[in-house]
Amino acid sequence: MADRLLITSSPHVKAPRTVRGIMLDVVIALVPASVAAVVFFGMKALTVLLASAVSAVLAEYLYEKATKRPVTVGPKGDGSALVTGLLLGLSLPPAVPLYVPIVGSAFAIVIAKQIFGGLGTNFVNPALAGRAFVMAAWPLHMTSDWLNPRTFDAVTGATPLYAFRGGQSVGSLTDLLIGNRLGSLGETSAIAILLGGAYLIARGVIDYRIPVGFLGTLGLGIFIFGKPGALFQGDPVTGILLGGALLGAFFMATDYVTSPVTPKGRLYMGIGVGLITLLIRYWGDYPEGVTYAILLMNLATPLIDRFVVPRYYGYAHDVEARRRANRAGGELS
Amino acid sequence: MVKARHGSGGIQVPDRKEISGHVPIEEAGIPSELTLYLSQHIGAPSKSLVNVGDQVKRGQKIAEAQGVVSAGLHAPTSGKVKAIEARYQPALGRMVEAIVIEPDGEHVLYEDVVPVGSDLGGISKEKIQEVTREAGLVGLGGAAFPTAVKLAPPPGKTIDTYLLNGVECEPYLTADQRLMEEFAGDVVFGFRALMKAAGVDKGIICIEDNKPEAIRAMEQAAAPYSELDVAVLSHRYPRGGEKQLIETVLGREVPPPPGLPLDVGVIVSNVGTAHALATALKTGLPLVERVVSVTGEGVAKPANLKALIGTPVSYLIEIAGGFVSRPGKVILGGPMMGVSVPNTDVSIVKGTSGVLVFPAEDVRTEPVQPCIRCGMCVEACPMRLLPVWMAAYAENGFMEDAEKMRVMDCCECGACSYVCPAKRPLTQSIRLAKAHIAAKRRAARTN
Repeated sequence: MADRLLITSSPHVKAPRTVRGIMLDVVIALVPASVAAVVFFGMKALTVLLASAVSAVLAEYLYEKATKRPVTVGPKGDGSALVTGLLLGLSLPPAVPLYVPIVGSAFAIVIAKQIFGGLGTNFVNPALAGRAFVMAAWPLHMTSDWLNPRTFDAVTGATPLYAFRGGQSVGSLTDLLIGNRLGSLGETSAIAILLGGAYLIARGVIDYRIPVGFLGTLGLGIFIFGKPGALFQGDPVTGILLGGALLGAFFMATDYVTSPVTPKGRLYMGIGVGLITLLIRYWGDYPEGVTYAILLMNLATPLIDRFVVPRYYGYAHDVEARRRANRAGGELS
Repeated sequence: MVKARHGSGGIQVPDRKEISGHVPIEEAGIPSELTLYLSQHIGAPSKSLVNVGDQVKRGQKIAEAQGVVSAGLHAPTSGKVKAIEARYQPALGRMVEAIVIEPDGEHVLYEDVVPVGSDLGGISKEKIQEVTREAGLVGLGGAAFPTAVKLAPPPGKTIDTYLLNGVECEPYLTADQRLMEEFAGDVVFGFRALMKAAGVDKGIICIEDNKPEAIRAMEQAAAPYSELDVAVLSHRYPRGGEKQLIETVLGREVPPPPGLPLDVGVIVSNVGTAHALATALKTGLPLVERVVSVTGEGVAKPANLKALIGTPVSYLIEIAGGFVSRPGKVILGGPMMGVSVPNTDVSIVKGTSGVLVFPAEDVRTEPVQPCIRCGMCVEACPMRLLPVWMAAYAENGFMEDAEKMRVMDCCECGACSYVCPAKRPLTQSIRLAKAHIAAKRRAARTN
């Protein structure tokens, strides 16, 4: 009667959350930013987003077919390629030629992710690696293909972030919050990004420590060093709202695979991204530093994970003991 | 009131207590055969005192403890010893010697089963310790550690607090809850006896806030005794783990293995154990029966049954109305730490707190996906370990690295596997590493 009972190791129940569900949550969280992009930059924005998302999914499918691996896209896929494609698209200027998102997505998926083993084993954020690649390949497109919000006219001037660094005025705070300014597709509307970020934190998908560590460090640094020739007179709010800091803080730096696994490690990762962003923005030639800051901290993640370990239950103070043990190459007690 | 802390890690699991929580405890009755495994739990097997063909009576000792971590066995009812042979012991997952009794249905009490007393003032500390040992008392929360061993801490260790564990944080199980609701007086009596035996004068009864009836009953029963306190804890798995309970209620951390609660001045016992001691003192009856929750979506009439030790699982399911539909999984214990069994012919042991049945349609194995390093297992781990790395090391054969990450401290609560969105069997991989390292250590000792 009770034949064919399943035998497995405990636990015998599992939480309903899946990898696909998490990726779906990220896509949902990106909807406000995507809608804002289309509102401010028109159909051009939609085509860039579509090109980037579709080519990311297609690149994953083609690579997996070519290498005879299980296909991870489609109705039963893990959804990660779609997230990568959307994020890359949102980080591009609105008027870029369509080969930019297509090549960027292909690079992100094939070179940054699949060659290293696919989901879970890539060591840098694929979307940002794709962005870095197209930035190196087409620097002009990436820094001048802007569109005037609402009129949709092409503008080739400097972004507000560049003006801000020079100490010039950058328009009203309201415009910055709703996104009525020049910038990459998904970066302009702070409200839309914050909405998505709040959703992810509320759903328990991302750890607030990374955005808080990142934006806190960045804000503090801008306050101290942000005004040329004077200390402690910078404007941290405007500094955070400009450029890709918000999108990076909530959607890029929080990528699980390339950020630390411990809560404390994540805080350090956030602080590190903030520090490097500051260095690039204020002491480098480049106006925007978020992409490289996150990529560099991706590389530091294994180190953080190695050294930032929790104090295990029942152990007095494990970090010191662990260091000693590592040096001695032996057991700790 | 005791102020409890949040505690480390842990997860929210739907508790499903509503399935059997409202059902009063009933006698399961006498099945046609009882199987008493000589290895009921970890530690040395007990030694049979009977032979095939012997007549035994209810409460008669049929096997004797061997070694320190060991407990005796008693006949749960009267009848004839039908066989002494190897049978599959589900909790240990291997064949062990077992005494098989064919009940005669008379339920005749053994002559030596006489009450010790129901006034603790008249029973000496030593007498309680002796009864605990002689009654074959073990922790009824699941691990079934012999209670007498806990009550005799080595010299030099001072115990200042005794925790009574009524947390029952495993989903579905309601045996402890029903005991507290229906037999609060006996539970408190047994707890005070345990405290007296251990020489501890401060006792805290710990219950999760999802059992308001049990809290009310226990607060009422404990009210006359100034040495007793009730701690109401928020519902979180694995709150009832011994180490987690000590951390939550007292803010102390048990040292790593071989550290024990007594190293931080604490003893923890389950409410079922206290109730069993009360029975042994008041009636003289040793541990021959216990309350088992027979529950889950797969049984027709979920119940809390007072069952004789050795009762076949199939009999208990029959009493609980049988299967609703084709069963997919039968688990002894709770869904988080219980053991799934190959068939229902196996019998319950002293540590079996529940029989859980999942229908076939609810049982599915989800495909395992690559780890995305979300860190959810890290936040879930109540021992603050790093399951993500321990499991990865174990899966790839790096057992020494897993050992350095303190894999032996893992309590196998299953929280990491539960939360994993990639559905990776983290707990299973960690068990593999633990078994490997334990075997290596055994080999090192014998060489």
